[in-house]
Amino acid sequence: MLPTFLIGASFGVTASTVGWGVVAPVVMSAIVFSVAAQFATLAVLGAGGSVVTAIIAATLIAGRFLAIGVAIGPSMRGGARQRALEGQGVVDASLVLAKTGEGRYGVKRLLGSTAPQYLGWTTGTLAGVLAGERIPDPQKLGLDALFPAFFLVLVASELTDRASKVTAAVAALIAVALIPVTPPGIPVIASCLAVLAGRVVAR
Amino acid sequence: MRDVWIAIGVMTVISFAIKAVGPVALGGRELPPAAERLIVLMPAALLSALVMVQTFAHSRDLVLDARAAGLVAAIVALALRASVLVVLLTAAVVTAGVRAL
Repeated sequence: MLPTFLIGASFGVTASTVGWGVVAPVVMSAIVFSVAAQFATLAVLGAGGSVVTAIIAATLIAGRFLAIGVAIGPSMRGGARQRALEGQGVVDASLVLAKTGEGRYGVKRLLGSTAPQYLGWTTGTLAGVLAGERIPDPQKLGLDALFPAFFLVLVASELTDRASKVTAAVAALIAVALIPVTPPGIPVIASCLAVLAGRVVAR
Repeated sequence: MRDVWIAIGVMTVISFAIKAVGPVALGGRELPPAAERLIVLMPAALLSALVMVQTFAHSRDLVLDARAAGLVAAIVALALRASVLVVLLTAAVVTAGVRAL
């Protein structure tokens, strides 16, 4: 929860420095609840981009939840409405935290791991916007490095065998290669293709 | 400020829809074993790509800046079996330090 709190705080501080006030960032964290999509919106609007551009960027960034939903979806039971609601509890960390093995995911584990993150994210955002007035430049504190470091910790716990290591390496290459040539968001979605490489070496 | 609220409203709906698609379409299904073997590898792919994008992308530009130093420091901290919090703080402190140079 503390790591999520810190990242929430970095979002709050950044939002506050571009003049979003106190309420909007906290409301966004509470109802959008998508770290990367929120930072994407902030980046575009904060740089003076149009709201349409911001929405497109955030949608592309959030697009990876299609892939994550495909990975976790089959493990969900119950009616379609219940599954749609349970799907809202899926965050990036769920791929690691809700895992029960063999490509299956536990819904209880999922919701149980998301709840503290939700709390950390929203309270962190609030703390960030409140502190934001006194932090003119969040980059000076290196707050933008928290987010990749968090994903680094998550991916490290995934690298258990040859297949996963090859997958991660190929995915990293795909992402880096696509950053300059595709809109933001696409590199991460396209990196899913790396699982094919991982599969090949696992044979 | 109006744009901020529009973005929040629209992203709430879009984010809900995106997160609902997989569970609604595939919930309760038994996937073929071949598909499951691919799905097991998805976290490694997505998370690794996220690290790269968050470290080396500045909108559509590939950049090498202080965040890279923070990432290297985080990898070292991780290799030394530091806790998650220490890894995060190490990344932030080193990134801030390199920026201040």
